[in-house]
Amino acid sequence: MHSDVTISHADRRPMYLQIIEQIRHRVAVGDWKPGHELPSIRALAVATQVSVITVKRAYLELERDGVIVTRQGKGSFVAENVDLSTQLKHEELDEHLRAAAEIGRHLGLSADDLANRLRDAAQPPDDEAPGTEDVA
Amino acid sequence: MSELAIQVAGLDKAYRFFQLRDIRLELEPGQILGFVGPNGAGKSTTIRVLMALVHQDRGDVRVLGRSMPREQAIAKRDIGYMSEDMRLYGGATIAWHMKFVASLHPQWDHDYAQTLLRRFSLRPEQPIKVLSHGERTKATLLLVLARRPRLLLLDEPTTGLDPVARHEILRELTDVMSDDRRSILFSSQNTQDVEQISDQITFLDRGRIIESSDKETFVERWRRLQLDVPPGVALPSLPEVTEISTSGRVATATIKAYTDEVAAAFTRAGATVREVQRMSLEEIFVANVMLSRKEARS
Repeated sequence: MHSDVTISHADRRPMYLQIIEQIRHRVAVGDWKPGHELPSIRALAVATQVSVITVKRAYLELERDGVIVTRQGKGSFVAENVDLSTQLKHEELDEHLRAAAEIGRHLGLSADDLANRLRDAAQPPDDEAPGTEDVA
Repeated sequence: MSELAIQVAGLDKAYRFFQLRDIRLELEPGQILGFVGPNGAGKSTTIRVLMALVHQDRGDVRVLGRSMPREQAIAKRDIGYMSEDMRLYGGATIAWHMKFVASLHPQWDHDYAQTLLRRFSLRPEQPIKVLSHGERTKATLLLVLARRPRLLLLDEPTTGLDPVARHEILRELTDVMSDDRRSILFSSQNTQDVEQISDQITFLDRGRIIESSDKETFVERWRRLQLDVPPGVALPSLPEVTEISTSGRVATATIKAYTDEVAAAFTRAGATVREVQRMSLEEIFVANVMLSRKEARS
């Protein structure tokens, strides 16, 4: 059966978060343009074989975050917001940074250590390559 | 149609060695209720009371708006019931059973029955006795589904099935939900099945309901915290914490109603919250049963 969203049980994140992420991704890559109509909650629940309540929760959060708008009796649509994909990329970056901070904490790194590591990582590669050669 | 599909209050049923006590259930149309419990918890007995196969000692049982067992004849026209102990005729074929059930139920959907035969990879000319357990379960479910009943009462429909058969059955159950007037109550020991397709979840243990709520609330409330506890630090005892196990400087706390305040309380006491983990429905179920048994002892 064709479905726009797939759920993984090996993924430890709750199912509604997986749905949110995949819909955000669809919007970010431009598959779903502003005004695009989303499947109804019940239809997506049937297609992905998860409960209606789970899809409902995902849609509510997407609505709250301004990714989609729901018009009573008409359905849910991708919000008319041109900056959406940039905003999503920022959110994605924040998520990666939080994950990095988490690993840093496990390794016992201070916030400064972590910031330095990030600064190193942000160096363009061409800057680094000649530098190492000079030393050698 | 705001009438509840199932409405049970104060249901009691006593046997010599087992009793159901104060069972309360509510299921809205368009929803799936997953009934989870260990062996002997009372899942089957409760479902049999809903079907009026067993009569309650006390309590109000309404199914599709009908009072059970009094109005069972009317209610049962719209209920599809399936359980382990249901027997098909071994010598008769699937086609024979389909014809038989169709003759009893005018709303039998012939086209849907054909579709289900294909989806379940069943051959109508096969006699029941040559079918595997999985095929027999699917054949039984086909006979129930093709009547398109408004309420499905399924007692362990996926137990003992291989992953493919389980998937096929779960797909049909979610498919039913495309019609928002239909409802399903199913029991299972497979918490993953329940977590996937249920809107409402009820945990049953030793004849009592130990927790019941919508799935998202369930999964959202429970957390497990990994804590680092320096020597000399005593962890506070919080009402939200159901269990703490300590090993050296590391402790794991199971929380039944997590808020950031719980983590803050541990931090104030001098512990470090290393990780806040979500729990699977299976982990929540086990923690819940342990908690309710502990409370019953004290």
